Amino acid sequence: MNIILDGLGLGAIYALIALGYTMVYGIAKLLNFAHGDIIMVGAYAILTMLNMTGNPWLAVIVSVVVCTAAGIIIERFAYRPLRSASPLAVLITAIGVSYFLQSLAQLIFGAKSRPVTLPALGNITIFGASFSVATIVTLVVGAIIMAALTLFVNFTRTGRAMQAVSEDKGAAQLMGINVNRIIMITFAIGSALAAFASLFYLMQIPATSPTLGSMPGIKAFTAAVIGGIGSIPGAMIGGVLLGLIEKICLSIPVLSAYTTAIEFGLLILILLVKPIGLLGKKRRVKV
Amino acid sequence: MEYIKNIKKSYKLKYNITYYIIIAIVAVMSVMSLTGDLKRSTMGLLARIAYSIIMALSLNLVVGFLGELSLGHGGFMCVGAYIGCFCANYLHNVIGSPLLVLIIAMVIGGISAAFFGFIIGLPALRLKGDYLAIVTLAFGEIVRNIFKNLPWFGGAMGLSTVTYSSNSLFIVGFVVVLLVLFLSQNLIRSKHGRAVTAIRDNEIAAKAMGINVTFYKLLIFVISAAFAGVAGVIYGHFTTPVMYSFFSYNYSIEVLVMVVLGGMASLNGSIIAATLITVVNFLLQDNLSGDLAALRLLIYALILIVVVLFNNSPAFKPIREKYSFHKLLEKLSSHRKPGTVTDDKADWNKIESKIPMDEVLSVDFRTEEATPASDFTEKEDNDNG
Repeated sequence: MNIILDGLGLGAIYALIALGYTMVYGIAKLLNFAHGDIIMVGAYAILTMLNMTGNPWLAVIVSVVVCTAAGIIIERFAYRPLRSASPLAVLITAIGVSYFLQSLAQLIFGAKSRPVTLPALGNITIFGASFSVATIVTLVVGAIIMAALTLFVNFTRTGRAMQAVSEDKGAAQLMGINVNRIIMITFAIGSALAAFASLFYLMQIPATSPTLGSMPGIKAFTAAVIGGIGSIPGAMIGGVLLGLIEKICLSIPVLSAYTTAIEFGLLILILLVKPIGLLGKKRRVKV
Repeated sequence: MEYIKNIKKSYKLKYNITYYIIIAIVAVMSVMSLTGDLKRSTMGLLARIAYSIIMALSLNLVVGFLGELSLGHGGFMCVGAYIGCFCANYLHNVIGSPLLVLIIAMVIGGISAAFFGFIIGLPALRLKGDYLAIVTLAFGEIVRNIFKNLPWFGGAMGLSTVTYSSNSLFIVGFVVVLLVLFLSQNLIRSKHGRAVTAIRDNEIAAKAMGINVTFYKLLIFVISAAFAGVAGVIYGHFTTPVMYSFFSYNYSIEVLVMVVLGGMASLNGSIIAATLITVVNFLLQDNLSGDLAALRLLIYALILIVVVLFNNSPAFKPIREKYSFHKLLEKLSSHRKPGTVTDDKADWNKIESKIPMDEVLSVDFRTEEATPASDFTEKEDNDNG
């Protein structure tokens, strides 16, 4: 029971990160490899604010602001000039940005892992079983954020504009949508979600290092692809699925060492059966 | 006919010059190493350059020529390094000559990596673009994870190997580089290579022309993986222990960067970029230590971003066209015109065909046009008169 709850909590973190990947991919058609490092930026922002003020709420707010700003700046200076370039060129730039953020963090904060002391939330006992409050908070807040995002994308003007841009950039522009603005908003939302992900991540593993974001980033990217990249509900399902599998594998002694292999193997398997992911949209190719 | 001869001539000069340059450099270096003028670290650097070049060349086959993005090329190298060196450890007991062991290990490493290339090539038949990229990435991570945990390969401590004498490892390495270059160049310029580039340019059209897409995709994956496996064996003989952590996603990306910086589908470009990046990495590593090591990555990242932006952003287009490398080359080699025909952009219209189409067409054209036109002028004259 605890394992499943833990898995759901981890899954919520993956889902939050995967949402950033999938939204950016759906709208700008680019694999934002720097997204994982936005988590790291968020984690360092939390660390710095905690050390300066000691107020966790302030730390969270600042981290969201910093991540959003970072997302917008990256989009403006690294990706926007390449809007018409080949996808591979943009991909390489994304990798460059990822390295840049990592090494910048290493220069400023050092390569060593640094502990982050968030206020302890302890455990709660329900029906005789004890659960970690952090996990429950992660789950609840994650679910609220995802529900809000779904509502936002489906029922607001900006959300509708995002859908239009992801469907057809040119047509959206003709309909009077400012495509650049929409892409910027997408990056901002994705990065803000990453900031929340970094908070939840720190609640589980209270330490941060310059490479903190790379592994969760890759895993979340996997989750996004499992769900069908570009699909928002797909990213949530993929994230939760991956989190569950990771925790279940880790709890079985024989399999625990091979967790990564099993997760990625699952990805390959799913893609072989359904090449567009679980909820991906099929695109017809015309000659 | 004159034209075809010219093409052949320029082919010879252009395509062999890479071999000559590599052979010359390696010859000088080996003489220096024999006389003891070469530092140990330089010889190590040369070995590193050798396996980097092989990796870049082999990845270029997949990314540049087949047009599929692979983010897990380090995985193939990992397979080659582990399995090749594992066998080499046993072979050392049986065979006395280390060179022979190295060669056999390279063959074994290449074949085992090729086998994995075949396995990874299978999903490649169903998946495209970004989906395939993530599968290759996943493959790289899976391989690493498995080799880390299998007890026969040393587990988390890495596989300890018998290193090859650093005085001559780079010579062996560069011989392999020449071999790989030769094989890939001939592959690309053969009928099969043309089929592969056709698939890259338009898969559906290629299929319609009767090209067996399945076969060629698998072929390229297998060949590329085999080369990467060989590079892995060289790596395993260069350093000990072979650590699973070396072949991480970051290394695969580094190789991809070499390919992209050198120019997609340009073998010479890959060689130059691989050499440059390895040397720059080496120099920065030597001079920056501790927390400043991050500066190395920072510089690296900035170079990467700036180069890509410069090459692709519309804002830099005028500068790019004014100072392009190709134009400079053209100016330098202008005496060789009209032989300066690049491989891919050969102007096939200019090659004589058996039927002189232009003549036939132009004759018909003139006779048909000429008669009514002259009639018309005559009429006009008459009217005036």
